[in-house]
Amino acid sequence: MTPTAEAAPRRSLLSTDYRTLEYVTGPLIFVHNAHGVAYNEMVSISMPDDSIRTGQVLEISGDIAVIQVFEGTRGIDTDKTTVRFLEEVAKVEVAPELLGRILNGTGKPIDGGAPVIPEKRLEITGSPINPYRRDQPADFIETGVSAIDGLNTLVRGQKLPIFSGSGLPANELAAQIIRQARVGSGEEFAIVFGAMGITHREAAYFMQQFEDTGALERVVFFLNLADDPTVERLLTPKVALTVAEYLAFEKGMQVLVVLSDMTNYCEALREVSTAREEVPGRRGYPGYMYTNLSMIYERAGRIKGNKGSVTQLPILTMPDDDITHPIPDLTGYITEGQIVLSRQLHRRGVYPPIDVLPCLSRLMNLGIGEGKTREDHRAVANQLYAAYAQGRDLRRLVAIVGEEALSDTDRRYLRFADDFEKTIIGQGEEGRSIEDTLTVSWELLAGLPMGELKRVRDFIPKYHPNAPAAAKGGDL
Amino acid sequence: MIAGSISKITGPVVVAAGMTGAKMYDVVRVGAQGLMGEVIRLEADRATIQVYEDTSGLMVGDHVESTDAPLTVELGPGLLTSIYDGVQRPLPVIAEQSGDFIERGTVASALDRDKLWPFVAVATAGTDVIGGDAIGTVKEGQTIVHKIMVAPRKKGRLSWVAPSGEYNIDTVVAKFEDGTEMTMTQRWPVREGRPYTKKLDPTTPFTTGMRILDTFFPIALGGNAIIPGGFGTGKTVTQQSLAKWADVDIIVYIGCGERGNEMTEVLTEFPQLDDPRTGAPLMDRTVLVANTSNMPVAAREASIYVGATLAEYYRDMGYDVAMMADSTSRWGEALREVSGRLEEMPGEEGYPAYLATRLASFYERSGRVETLGADDRIGSVTMVGAVSPAGGDMSEPMTQNSLRVTGAFWALDTSLAHRRHFPAISWTKSYTLFLGQVRGWYETNVASDWVSYRDRAMFILQKETELQEIVQLVGPDALPESEKIILEVARMLREDFLQQFAFDDVDAYCPPLKAYWILKVILAFSDAAVAALNRGVSLRQVLELPIRDSIAGFKTTPHEEAIKSMQAFTSTLAEDIAGIEVL
Repeated sequence: MTPTAEAAPRRSLLSTDYRTLEYVTGPLIFVHNAHGVAYNEMVSISMPDDSIRTGQVLEISGDIAVIQVFEGTRGIDTDKTTVRFLEEVAKVEVAPELLGRILNGTGKPIDGGAPVIPEKRLEITGSPINPYRRDQPADFIETGVSAIDGLNTLVRGQKLPIFSGSGLPANELAAQIIRQARVGSGEEFAIVFGAMGITHREAAYFMQQFEDTGALERVVFFLNLADDPTVERLLTPKVALTVAEYLAFEKGMQVLVVLSDMTNYCEALREVSTAREEVPGRRGYPGYMYTNLSMIYERAGRIKGNKGSVTQLPILTMPDDDITHPIPDLTGYITEGQIVLSRQLHRRGVYPPIDVLPCLSRLMNLGIGEGKTREDHRAVANQLYAAYAQGRDLRRLVAIVGEEALSDTDRRYLRFADDFEKTIIGQGEEGRSIEDTLTVSWELLAGLPMGELKRVRDFIPKYHPNAPAAAKGGDL
Repeated sequence: MIAGSISKITGPVVVAAGMTGAKMYDVVRVGAQGLMGEVIRLEADRATIQVYEDTSGLMVGDHVESTDAPLTVELGPGLLTSIYDGVQRPLPVIAEQSGDFIERGTVASALDRDKLWPFVAVATAGTDVIGGDAIGTVKEGQTIVHKIMVAPRKKGRLSWVAPSGEYNIDTVVAKFEDGTEMTMTQRWPVREGRPYTKKLDPTTPFTTGMRILDTFFPIALGGNAIIPGGFGTGKTVTQQSLAKWADVDIIVYIGCGERGNEMTEVLTEFPQLDDPRTGAPLMDRTVLVANTSNMPVAAREASIYVGATLAEYYRDMGYDVAMMADSTSRWGEALREVSGRLEEMPGEEGYPAYLATRLASFYERSGRVETLGADDRIGSVTMVGAVSPAGGDMSEPMTQNSLRVTGAFWALDTSLAHRRHFPAISWTKSYTLFLGQVRGWYETNVASDWVSYRDRAMFILQKETELQEIVQLVGPDALPESEKIILEVARMLREDFLQQFAFDDVDAYCPPLKAYWILKVILAFSDAAVAALNRGVSLRQVLELPIRDSIAGFKTTPHEEAIKSMQAFTSTLAEDIAGIEVL
C-alpha cells in the first residue's frame, strides 16, 4: 500500500545481474558495486546450482547493499552466485480462494492444490491505520472457553496474546479456539493461521484438528516449520496479516488471526540483528523490537464504515515462564491484555490451564453487557475475580497456619477457589456458550455466603440459584 | 539552497552527502516524495538524518534538500479539538488525502486555513507592544478565549490593528511601524521552550478527582509527575481519567507510541463527555497528538516536543494546561533506536548516555510562570508522564532518570492490578514533593485539619503493611483485637476510599471535599470502635453493625448528597457504637 520503487523514476529496463557478492555471514550477504538499489527492495538470488532464492535489502551504504536471504545462505558462494534486484518491495498474492488452503511462510501454496489466481498483489508491510479512521472495537467473539469469554472477553478488533510456557498446551488451546470460535449469526467469519517455526508434530496436530472438525474451509493456513529457513519467519506474520486485512477490509469478513509462535519470530529477528552486528538491547534482542512487533500487532482493528474486522490472538512462549522476558514484556505493552497459562494448573491436570489473575482483556467492557452478552456479565466477572483472589491468598495462609485456624467464611472461599479451578477454568475440551459460562459461575458463587457477594448484589434476585423466591422475577 | 544526495540508508536513518551548510535539527526533505526528516548529526559534508516516515524504496543517490529551518509547529486558533500525528499533521486531513491507511509524503496544513474566526481587537494603533501582548482575541470553542499574541521576541509600535470581524488565520490583523505584519498564527521550533518572564512557585493543587492522588500524593499546577507501571496496571486509564477530570483549562494528550485503539477510545469518548466545570464537551479543551506504535519511530521522538510546545502556547495566554504523555518510555525507546542506528556508544540498557539530559530539559518545560506581555498573566503547564518500565522493574533507566527530575511518583502496582484494586496506585511506594506547597490551599479550601486526617490514614495503611507480614506468619487470629481493628479500618480505607471506579458515573470524579469527608467518616468509625473495644466490647459486635455497608455506599452517592449525609452519619455512628452493650 505504501508507494514503492515504482513511484520513483524507473531505472533501466534491463535488470542487472550482480556477480559482486563479496561477503556472506549468517543469513546476510553483502553485494558490492550495487547501483540504484532501494531500501527494503526484494532480491532474487541465483545459486550456483541454478536454484533461486529470495532476499530483501536491509541496508545500503554507498555501493554496498546488505541483503537478508529468506531461505538461508547455505550453498551461496562469492563466485558463481548472482543477485538481481527486483525493483519492488515484498508482496503477496491474495484472493478469496485462499480460504481452505495451506501455504508456506511466504504465501506460496504447499497443499498440492491448484495455483491460486490472484485478485491482487499487496505489499506485506502494510500501512498504519489512521487512528482517526479507526472504529472502536465492539462485539465479542465467543471462543467457547469460559476463562476467556467470561473473565477476559475477546472483542472484535482486539489483539489478545496467549502467554504460554514450553510444554504447556497453548497449541491445543489455539486449536480449540479455532474450532469453537464464532461471531454473531449471518456474518462471514474467517481464520488466518500463521505458524512460525512450529514442529512437524504440531503442524500435523493442527491439520488433523482442522480436517476432523471441518474448520479448514474457513482457515487460511500459513506454515513455516521449525526446519524451514529462520528468516522466512520474518515474513510469515506480515503475509498472514496482509491476507487478513484483505479479507476483512475488502471482503467484509470478521477475521481472527492466530500467530504461533511469536517467540520464534523474535528469535529470527535477533538472529538477523546479530548478523548485522547491531548494538543489542535487552538480552541481545534488537532495540527496535518494540517497533517491529507493534507493526504486527497494531494491524488489528476495525475501520469506520467498514463491516470487516481483524482480531489477533498471537501465541508466544515465555522463556523459562518469565513474564518479564523482553518478548512477553514488549508484547504486553502493545497488545490489549493477555491470557496467561500456568504451569502449576497444568501439573494439577487443569485444562485449559489459564491463570486468570494475571490475565486481562482491556477491551472487555466494549464487548459485554446487555445486548452483547448479558447484563450481569461485568459484575459476575468482578465477583469471580475478587473471590478467587481471596481464595488464593487464603491458600498461602493455610500452608502456614493450617485450615483449622480459618473462619467458616474463609473455608468457603478456599473451597470456592478449588471449585473455580475445577469447573470454570478446567472445562476441558468441551465448548461452553457464554450463557452456560454465566450459569456455572452463579452456581459456584452460590457456595459463598450471600453477604459476601457485594459486586453482584443487584443481580442476586434475578440470577442467584438460591435467591429468595419472592424476589425472583421482581423488577430490577 | 542546501541540497545533497543519499549515501546510506538503514531503517529510519539515512546519511546524505553534499550537505555543507546544513544545521543541526534542520528539517530536510528526502527523496522524490519529499519525506520529512531532521538532521541529527553532521560530519564534514555528510548529514545524518532521522526520517519521520517509512524509508522503504529510498535509493542511494536520491535527492535531499534542507529547508534551512528547525522543526516548528504552527500555533493559532483551531488547535483545540484537533488530532495530530507526531509532526503536527492533522489526521483527519491525512485520512481525506490517503484513505483509511496512512501513506507517506503527505503534506497537510496544521490549521484550517479557510475557517473564519470572530476576531475582537483589544489593542489599538499607536500603542507600543512587546512579545506576549494580545492584539486581539478569538473565541475558540464555547469557553476558551484564544489570545492573538505578539510573537515572543518581537516588539514595536502598532501602526494598524484590524477592526473586529470574521477573519481566517492568514489575514493580517496588525501592522507595526517597522513595516512588519502579523496574522493570527505564529511558528515556534518544538525543541526550544517558549520564553516567559519568570517562574513562580506552584501553590495551587492540580486537582485530579482521584482520591488517592488528591489526598495522599497531590501535585501542584505547574508541577510534574510520572506514572510508572507494568502492562495492565492501568497507566492509560489513569492518564485518561486525569485528562477527563483534571481541574485545568486545556489538556494536551500525547499518545506516544501506544495503541491505536486507545486513541480511538479518546476520540470516541471525549466528544460525548462534558467538562465538569464548564459543561462544554471535553473535546473543546483538548488537543490530541497521536503517534501510535506502528507509526514512524522518529516522529514518535518528535511528538512529545510538539505536545510541549502546544501546551506552552496556551500557557502563554494565561491558562492552566495539563499535558499527558503516554508513554514517555516509547519516546525513550525511539531515542534508543535512533541512537543504535547511529552506532553511538550505548549507556545503560542500550539507552544513549544523554537520556537523562533530554528528560531533564523536557520536564523542565513544565511550571507555573508569569508569562510574557505587559499584563502579568499567570499560566501553568503541568506534566504527567506515563512510564512503561521493562518487565515492570522500576530500576530501569527511564523510571530512574525521570524520578530525578519530576516531583511526584505515582507508582502503579502489578499485584494491586491483579486483585482488581483500581486505581492500582501503590500507597507504599508513591511519593510527592509538593505536599508542603499545596498544604495551605487544602487547609483554606477543604478543611483546616485536612493534613491530620491525611496523615492518620496514611499511618494506618502503613501499619497494615507491617501487620500483614505478621499475619502471613502466624495467621490473623494471633493478633490482639486492637490490631485486628487496624486491619479492618485499613481494609475500609482500601476498599471504600482508595478504590475508585473510573467507569462509574459518580465515582469517576471525587471532589477533594468529599474525599476528606469519606476519610473523616472512616476514621470516626475507627475512633468509636477503638473506644468500644477498650470498654470490653468484642470486635465482632462492632462489625455486626451495618455501618460499614453505609460507608461503602458513599463514594457512589452524588457528591453534595454524600457530603451532607456523611456529616450527619459521623455523629450517629459514634452513638451507635457507643450504644453496644458489653456482653
